Amino acid sequence: MRGLRKQIVTILLLLFSLLLAVAFLAPTVLTIVNSFMTEEEITANYGVIFGTGQTTTDAQGNTRPVTTYMAERVNLKLIPDMVSFSQYAQVLLRSPEYLLKLWNSIILTVPIVVFQVLIAAFASYSLARFKGKIKSVIFFSYVVLMLMPYQVTLVPNYLVSDWLDILDTRWAIILPAIFSPFSVFLLTRYMRRIPSSYIEAAKLDGAGEWKIFTRVALPLCRGALYSVTILVFIDYWNMVEQPLILLSDVEMHPLSVFLSEINSGEVGVAFAVAVIYMIPPILLFLYGEEYLEDGITYSGGIKG
Amino acid sequence: MARPKLRRKPRHHEKRNWRERLVSVCYLAPSVLGVLVFFVLPFLVVIVYAFTSDATNLDFVGLKNFEAVLSNAAFKEAAKNTATFSLMAVPLAVGLSLLLAILMDAKIPGKSQFRTIFLSPMMVPVASIVLLWQVLFHYNGVVNEITALFGITKIDWMKSDYNQLVVLILFLWKNLGYNMILFLAALSNVPKDVLEMATLEGAGAVRQFFYIKLRFISPSVLFVTILSLINSFKIFREVYLLTGNYPYGGLYLLQHYMNNMFRNLDYQRLSSAALLMAIVMAVVIGLLFLVEYRYGKDVEE
Repeated sequence: MRGLRKQIVTILLLLFSLLLAVAFLAPTVLTIVNSFMTEEEITANYGVIFGTGQTTTDAQGNTRPVTTYMAERVNLKLIPDMVSFSQYAQVLLRSPEYLLKLWNSIILTVPIVVFQVLIAAFASYSLARFKGKIKSVIFFSYVVLMLMPYQVTLVPNYLVSDWLDILDTRWAIILPAIFSPFSVFLLTRYMRRIPSSYIEAAKLDGAGEWKIFTRVALPLCRGALYSVTILVFIDYWNMVEQPLILLSDVEMHPLSVFLSEINSGEVGVAFAVAVIYMIPPILLFLYGEEYLEDGITYSGGIKG
Repeated sequence: MARPKLRRKPRHHEKRNWRERLVSVCYLAPSVLGVLVFFVLPFLVVIVYAFTSDATNLDFVGLKNFEAVLSNAAFKEAAKNTATFSLMAVPLAVGLSLLLAILMDAKIPGKSQFRTIFLSPMMVPVASIVLLWQVLFHYNGVVNEITALFGITKIDWMKSDYNQLVVLILFLWKNLGYNMILFLAALSNVPKDVLEMATLEGAGAVRQFFYIKLRFISPSVLFVTILSLINSFKIFREVYLLTGNYPYGGLYLLQHYMNNMFRNLDYQRLSSAALLMAIVMAVVIGLLFLVEYRYGKDVEE
């Protein structure tokens, strides 16, 4: 009897989880599915929403209003009428501006992530291992700073960029982001959980400070470093406000900003760009998903 | 959060103490210097702006800018909306992700696949989320198609009184997954022997959760709360992309107000508003730390 009841509970929980999973996955799947539709099909499906009476040019060079395809109502389809790579071809071959913007995203995001995590690794180790009044004050200020919405730091940000004469250059975005307190806060949390016995043992073995940091602390926090990298990457990969304010030159804008400005006539292309834009985070994610689950790995199996 | 001590201070060893201090300062210096240059020092200028008349003359005007901001209808509306949204979004994000973590902690098959699926919204670019939300919540969108089946009249969701709700759904969809992962990690660290003892003494699952697990994971609750608070402000990105500079009613947030002040070059009012927000945030964080410290102090991590 008990076994049966347990089984029923398990099945109910499973069903509930499945339902949730569908809801969570649907938008992602829709993005991918839509990217494989032709522009005509997209228009036919979503014309009611995005169509504002544009025209298309067919093979004969005749211009026709899109409205001929437009359905009365929105049409959510999970399988394209015809799997087409035309949107991808459009993005990758015919419109160099998308690739340029993608490159902009990369050269903005990669230095930010690398240096932010590097500087944070040192800082958080120091905050976690050596205690004191000043350290507590620093830590608390970091938490408060970290919580400020971008709009609060907007004027400070703008002022510094102006003083340093880096306004309208990529440095105006990269430099402040490198020193963002966010990853320091995250990493300190994990660094604090390194058992002091590990450090004492390393000391007894004659390890110097540098060695303790690189051979004991960093490897133990490998998972935390990885999850911070993913979080920071995703955050800056999707930045919108900073470039709009600090980079007046649209040529330098990252794809995240450009993607949001694609006009409604190119919805199909927007989906394809979105899928391409998802690839780097997905790769990062697949490579280190298990690290996200436990920020800290104890090689020796000792619990902190 | 500031509880677990890493090591005892080696008072006996003078030389080592000196070297450790040097190391600690050197490691921390780059970060602190950067934060000083890019955040703290310019923020001092912001404080000066907040108390002066205009950026060129810097005449001290006392609290006049604050009075102007606080009596401004747009600011009041924005502050109210932001507070309402965060007060709904943060507790829901914490509570629901904890429930999700408990669900995933139960013995059901395919757990790791579920976890991946719940995390997947993190990877969808903000701009395409916006596109999808338009497909869903547009006047001619999918949600209206569904509600129409039940005879409910169509509404333009983003221009209705429910628009905060639409954004709330987006927020939860995006953030529950990662919060859940953090809670799962914390739950797996609750000492098994304590739980076994409780079972032996006849404590049921619910009591075990509230009296044992919740106390052990209280640092994570604080952590997730802080993260959710940050993310509840970051939702401005989506709101901005969905609705532009002047959204309808409930979605006019403090960030909109500040953005618009910035574009109007009204640095004085912007600075006062920023300073007010900073003070409120400092108080909120202080309270959160205090509550966690009181609640979880008698258990070790």
